[in-house]
Amino acid sequence: MFRLKNLRKSTKSNLITFGIVIGFYLVIQLLSALGMLSSSLSGQLVPICAYVILAISLNLTVGILGELSLGHAGFMSVGAFSGTIVWTTLYGQVPNWLGLLLAFVVGGAVAGLFGFIVGVPVLRLSGDYLAIVTLAFGEIVKNVMNACYLGYDSKGIHFSFKDAASMGMEADGTTIINGAIGITGIKKGSTFILGIILVILTLVVILNLINSRAGRAIKSIRDNEIAARSVGINITKYKLMAFITSAVFAGIAGVLYSLNYSSLVAKKFDYNTSILILVFVVLGGIGNIRGSVIAAALLTVLPEMLRSLNDYRMLIYAIVLILVMIFSQSPQVVAWRKRMVEMFRGRFSKRPQAKEVQ
Amino acid sequence: MQFLSYLINGISLGSVYALIALGYTMVYGIAKMLNFAHGDVIMIGSYVVFFAFGSFGLNPVLSIVLSMVVCTILGVAIERVAYRPLREAPSLAVLITAIGMSYLLQQVAQLMWTSNAKSFPSVVANSSIFKPVSLFDGQLTISAETIVTILACVVIMVLLLYFINCTSAGHAMQAVSEDRGAAQLMGVNVNATISLTFAIGSALAAVAGALLCSSYPSLQPTTGAMPGIKAFVAAVFGGIGSIPGAFLGGILLGVIENLSKAYISTQLSDAIVFLVLIVVLLVKPTGLLGKKVNVKV
Amino acid sequence: MKKLISAALASAMVLSLAACGSTDTGSNASTGTDSTATAEASNTGSTTPIKLGGIGPTTGSAASYGIAVMQGEELAVNEINEAAGYTVFEFSFEDDEHDAEKAMNAYNTLKDWGMQVLLGTVTSTPSLSVAGETVNDNMFMLTPSASAVDVVETGDNVFQMCFTDPNQGVVSADYIAENALGTKIGVIYDSSDAYSSGIYTAFKAEIEAKGLEIVAAESFTSDNKSDLSTQVTKCQNAGADLVFLPIYYNEASQILIAADKVGYKPTFFGCDGMDGILSIEGFDTSLAEGLMLLCPFSATATDETTQKFVASYEAAYGETPIQFAADAYDCVYAIYQCVQNGSINGDMSVSEMCEALKADFTTMTFNGTTGEGQTWEANGMVSKPPRVYVVTNGEYATAE
Repeated sequence: MFRLKNLRKSTKSNLITFGIVIGFYLVIQLLSALGMLSSSLSGQLVPICAYVILAISLNLTVGILGELSLGHAGFMSVGAFSGTIVWTTLYGQVPNWLGLLLAFVVGGAVAGLFGFIVGVPVLRLSGDYLAIVTLAFGEIVKNVMNACYLGYDSKGIHFSFKDAASMGMEADGTTIINGAIGITGIKKGSTFILGIILVILTLVVILNLINSRAGRAIKSIRDNEIAARSVGINITKYKLMAFITSAVFAGIAGVLYSLNYSSLVAKKFDYNTSILILVFVVLGGIGNIRGSVIAAALLTVLPEMLRSLNDYRMLIYAIVLILVMIFSQSPQVVAWRKRMVEMFRGRFSKRPQAKEVQ
Repeated sequence: MQFLSYLINGISLGSVYALIALGYTMVYGIAKMLNFAHGDVIMIGSYVVFFAFGSFGLNPVLSIVLSMVVCTILGVAIERVAYRPLREAPSLAVLITAIGMSYLLQQVAQLMWTSNAKSFPSVVANSSIFKPVSLFDGQLTISAETIVTILACVVIMVLLLYFINCTSAGHAMQAVSEDRGAAQLMGVNVNATISLTFAIGSALAAVAGALLCSSYPSLQPTTGAMPGIKAFVAAVFGGIGSIPGAFLGGILLGVIENLSKAYISTQLSDAIVFLVLIVVLLVKPTGLLGKKVNVKV
Repeated sequence: MKKLISAALASAMVLSLAACGSTDTGSNASTGTDSTATAEASNTGSTTPIKLGGIGPTTGSAASYGIAVMQGEELAVNEINEAAGYTVFEFSFEDDEHDAEKAMNAYNTLKDWGMQVLLGTVTSTPSLSVAGETVNDNMFMLTPSASAVDVVETGDNVFQMCFTDPNQGVVSADYIAENALGTKIGVIYDSSDAYSSGIYTAFKAEIEAKGLEIVAAESFTSDNKSDLSTQVTKCQNAGADLVFLPIYYNEASQILIAADKVGYKPTFFGCDGMDGILSIEGFDTSLAEGLMLLCPFSATATDETTQKFVASYEAAYGETPIQFAADAYDCVYAIYQCVQNGSINGDMSVSEMCEALKADFTTMTFNGTTGEGQTWEANGMVSKPPRVYVVTNGEYATAE
């Protein structure tokens, strides 16, 4: 009975999450049909989807696995670059749907591979040290991609870490990645419906993982690694499983993001972007997938809504960030807030409150 | 000879990193939090020196003292308003708040002083005590800024070590660092101790800012951000929480960065620095001089 | 409690969506201009204001360039409106933080506002993304300072007011070779910046074709630019007698100071990004003595257009305009020339206006603060005489 009830509860909660995503899609479609959708909002739809996927995937590492990662943008970057290379080279040669599919598969796979490469040695560290190493990984990816020149001509693929001329290409060659200028002339491949489908896919995979046997193992590692090991849980395996899954979806989000714009530069995927995603996760609630979805969407739209404040926009954003953190996380404020809620409830209903059972 | 000049450039940069890293490591060691706003406190301190020394022609030492006072007040105020309410909250919440604070300081600086870069006057340029040293018939020059930064770094490190190991306030800091709850039970005023830590860290930031901008004279609201992160990496490199570690990590980071610029690639120097960091952490997970902490069940 | 919060968040989201959806037109205040003053329909022709949009970084690390452009455009719009006696242009400027995603958002916000012509964006990377979108919308785009060649290559509706990067690199190399300014060339450039690496690539090819040798090609990135001493030392050790600096003035000032510290005195040669170095607060301009720069604009030029611009800019903003502001100022006047030609008016659709402007720009000749007799080719590149200045006694003097 207990198990059944438990299962129902999580299923119900997941259904609500899916409902929110589909509801969001329907509302946008409705607004669009009524002609009430502004360019400003419609331009943000794909980035919103990308950030939602990023937030969900990072929440798997931070919330469920309990390890702090400051290099999520690095996985996004390798995914975006590999996926975009596939998309631009195949464009016009294969049907668009196939090109897109391949771009996402390759982007996700490459990011997953990097997740594995980084994960194997790094997951031995923990806490703040893991955070630093992931930050370092993100910075390495940014710097290497920024100095990367890649092109092809009739003689094959050319590559350099110095400058475009060092590639030694023939005159007929095509430059794919041009250092700091990045990839240009990308044909737009991402659409809102594609974004929503990917969000739902991410939710299906990650929610299933969390609620599976593997997910419970991962959570047990978070709660007490030594205890988990003592009951025979393979720590490395489950840590890697969570870390790689997280990286794969970051890569997919990267592809979705980059195919929405006509140019792609490595600079975008810097430490600030990693932090931004982390902010989504923390504000949405660590370990709370639905919270991540909502926080990512809201915080992407928020700075745009503050545009009329001009130069004060980022100032307000910073203040809001600090205040929200204090309001939602400070034990004293939380206790005060609870007291307030109790007081109001006590005033309006005399029923005794059921005690919350952990 | 060329190698020596690159090495000196590296030590010069490294000593600045070390100075910033000392502040980072103090705060991390005692308050157990990553104060990402540290780099921006440095930036504010630099602006104070810029206006006091550059615009009003105040004595350089007085300007730095003034900047230390301003930064100390700022640091303690930030701790009181933004970090203290979150003392018992998950460490991630404090991290995000620190990042928010970093954005806030940058934005405030931009609104107050515009984003136009200012060329920072060297605080030791016309000093009668410190002169650039010229070696090997002028083939090798060590700038006065480098000499002062290294001296300042060593002096501050020694003072900090003395303070922490030989004064009662320092012992209180160690106790808070070791076990906050137990320290409180033993009658240590935890809040006051952490405030004191922030005061010292921020005062160091003011000195670091003045010397950073004297050596690398371009001052913008974003000036503190990247050196801040690099110095943080330096602190981890040397073993975060360890004061000699911060010094060693800072110098090594500066040297590695400049030698890889000189001999490998100027574009990839940052990638190399971070790669070395990862390798070091994999071999010595607590940094070069960090203490190993055994996890008890 | 959690439920309560998530419910609150969800409802906030719905509200925000509704808010976004309803701000379709005109609720954005134009940035600090008084251009919304009532239009006096005195002329017989249409006096519907033309809505000019600008995009550039007004916050973040590149803010000084974006703000210069914003002020230049704003000044020109105010001057034109005042002189015409009615509102010719309405102007709104949006921040892009030097980021492609934010630039797209800014562009969409301006579209909601009703923008008809885009004067932006300021920096190359955001420009590339925005240019792709303007092609889809067939919106006329005239960028004051985004000089990457890929920007104009995006479509035939994109025009530049500044020289393209390769053009600057080639002209600089030719000038150095013809005037025998140096034999061993050192270069220090920003490899993380599209502008700087674009100039460097073209410069390298041209200077080698001229038979000069690049003995040191050093770069830095936006992350490690605080310390540029090793790059300077490498040029010094390689014996470079001319150092080419295709970078912005902030970093250039650091290089000049670092070179001075080690007693290295080659000829320094910069491009248009160098303009502004003399007005950095606190910078010892004696270090810039002998610095040469290829730049279309000089605030000390004696022609009437420039002097009028510099005087009113200084009166309005209390600082000397840099090349960014001058290019931006010229952008507005170039559009105004088309208004005076009678080829565009505020009643036209975005696409009609784009076609009219394209036809005008490829045929007209424009005189502005950044050069007389400027013309545009069909691909959107500007052609104007390059000028080389040398810093003498803290001021620009025309180089021989």
